[in-house]
Amino acid sequence: MSASFKEFSGGAAGELAPARIAGEGLDATHGVVLYLDDISVSFDGFRALNKLSLAIDIGELRCVIGPNGAGKTTMMDVITGKTRPDSGTAFFGQTIDLAQLTEAEIAHAGIGRKFQKPTIFERHSVFENLELSMKTDKRVRKSLFAKLDGAQQDRIAEMLELIRLAGSASRQAGLLSHGQKQWLEIGMLLMQEPRLLLLDEPVAGMSDEETERTAELFLALAGKHSLVVVEHDMAFIGRIARKVSVLHEGSILAEGSLEQVQADQRVIEVYLGR
Amino acid sequence: MGPLATTVTRLYGTRGWVTLGVCAFLLFVLVPLGNLAIPEGSIFHISTYWVTLIGKIMCYAIVALAMDLIWGYCGILSLGHGLFFALGGYAMGMYLMRQIGREGQYKMDMPDFMVFLDWKEFPWQWWNSDQFWWAMLLVVAVPALLAFVFGFFAFRSRIKGVYFSIITQALTYAAMLLFFRNETGFGGNNGFTDFKRILGFAITTAETRVALFAITGAALLGTLLLARYIVISKLGRILAAIRDAESRVMFCGYNTVNYKLFIWTLSAVICGIAGALYVPQVGIINPGEMSPANSIEIAIWVAVGGRGTLVGAIVGAGAVNGAKSFFTQAAPEYWLYVLGLLFIVVTLFMPRGIVGLYGQLREKWSRRAAA
Repeated sequence: MSASFKEFSGGAAGELAPARIAGEGLDATHGVVLYLDDISVSFDGFRALNKLSLAIDIGELRCVIGPNGAGKTTMMDVITGKTRPDSGTAFFGQTIDLAQLTEAEIAHAGIGRKFQKPTIFERHSVFENLELSMKTDKRVRKSLFAKLDGAQQDRIAEMLELIRLAGSASRQAGLLSHGQKQWLEIGMLLMQEPRLLLLDEPVAGMSDEETERTAELFLALAGKHSLVVVEHDMAFIGRIARKVSVLHEGSILAEGSLEQVQADQRVIEVYLGR
Repeated sequence: MGPLATTVTRLYGTRGWVTLGVCAFLLFVLVPLGNLAIPEGSIFHISTYWVTLIGKIMCYAIVALAMDLIWGYCGILSLGHGLFFALGGYAMGMYLMRQIGREGQYKMDMPDFMVFLDWKEFPWQWWNSDQFWWAMLLVVAVPALLAFVFGFFAFRSRIKGVYFSIITQALTYAAMLLFFRNETGFGGNNGFTDFKRILGFAITTAETRVALFAITGAALLGTLLLARYIVISKLGRILAAIRDAESRVMFCGYNTVNYKLFIWTLSAVICGIAGALYVPQVGIINPGEMSPANSIEIAIWVAVGGRGTLVGAIVGAGAVNGAKSFFTQAAPEYWLYVLGLLFIVVTLFMPRGIVGLYGQLREKWSRRAAA
């Protein structure tokens, strides 16, 4: 693990008390950062999520796997406010009811999301991508007169180092390779200083070396942040997994260590056996 | 460097400021002198016809800038910007109608069309309309209020793309039908005309025309600098990000509705100001300004000049309207064909418009040289 990771992650997971990791605004006194209970979502009669319940602990790195159409992306849509659940509750910490908030408010509360397809600002420079996603006052008037102070410049410079794009700061983001775009999007997420990161297929299209570095980064982030990683790449899951949830037809089929779920007969039938 | 000096250098480089200085010299010194000081026989004389024509085109250029802010930088294509322009024009027109006083056809206190309709008193919309400051307030407030309310519902309901464009088109069409009616109180299909004075000055004298010309020029340069300040700020980068990937902007924690509402309302206000400058120069405002075709033409100016460049909007408004003035005299029946053809050619072969042509050709040549 490189020095920059350690610095960024702020040491091992055990060193920080849950309340301090959670920070202001988020009440996570019971150690749970995200709590989905009995969530159902239907699209034109198709049940994308079926009484889904899921709890993510503070500082946890959770992997979610499941066959196509299992509801992984819909689950992320519900958490980030893009889709409203038909029934059930979604809480961020003890007090923040996600169903009451808009996408922007949820992002502001501390949930960052990486999309399946890298979604960056293609026509802006790499530096500007990070600048726009940085945690700051995001109201219109503030943006009109905003100027980067020294500390903010430094934060962007640190992030450019971390995501290995320091040499491409002024490059147009659309010209980056696919793997670099994935890293830039992860960097944009981290600039928001989120409590919870939702990562939808973060290593798709990455080289082996980039995948390995991503695994290192995620392991370094766990503890300070809570992470939910949706991925198809089982080698990558094997590298980072602590606890794995298997999603099937909109609800949790099995939960446990990777070995446990891989040994589960039902999981083999619906997913791994194919 | 002080904060003002920093802002100045950030807005434009040396070459940009020199160009602006030359433009200011032309607008505020050369044209006024050429019109007022040089006698009519001289070849250096600039006729009042030209002063009025260029003044009119500068009003269009201001509208084009407003359109570029919303379309070029934020990806929202409005096909109803003519409405805001017309509303600003009508607000100014009401004041100009009151300035006529008893010099109208009927020699009455009220505007001719009201006398003709046998109205005994002013309808409520005309309250305070003899006050210049009130007219100026309306020029800004009416487009702002309409744009804000319309934008609030449209953006909150996440109406985007072509759906938004169609609704704006319907909005201006509906307003046109409303203003065509005599009962609305704005002169029906004749609108307002036969203006005599503005702030007490006779409106048709060369001096008044030159003054209006210079004020319009100042408004154009001011709008350009304001728009430039916005697009190079962080706000401008956020607007462009909304244009390219709105959901990412939302997931970054920005309330995109407020951003769109801000630039949309500002754009409408700029159009209103342009309309208010336009009416005293051309001497007429009627519901035809709200026709859907007029609003579409605004989008064509920006597309022809080059979207998302600001300067392109001014160039496009100048080029298309210059061509229009030429064709409507030389071969009026062909103008609409020329306009349509121009739009097709620009869309197909010049995606970056006139100001982007140089870069486009250079890329083509370098690719050819490389191959």
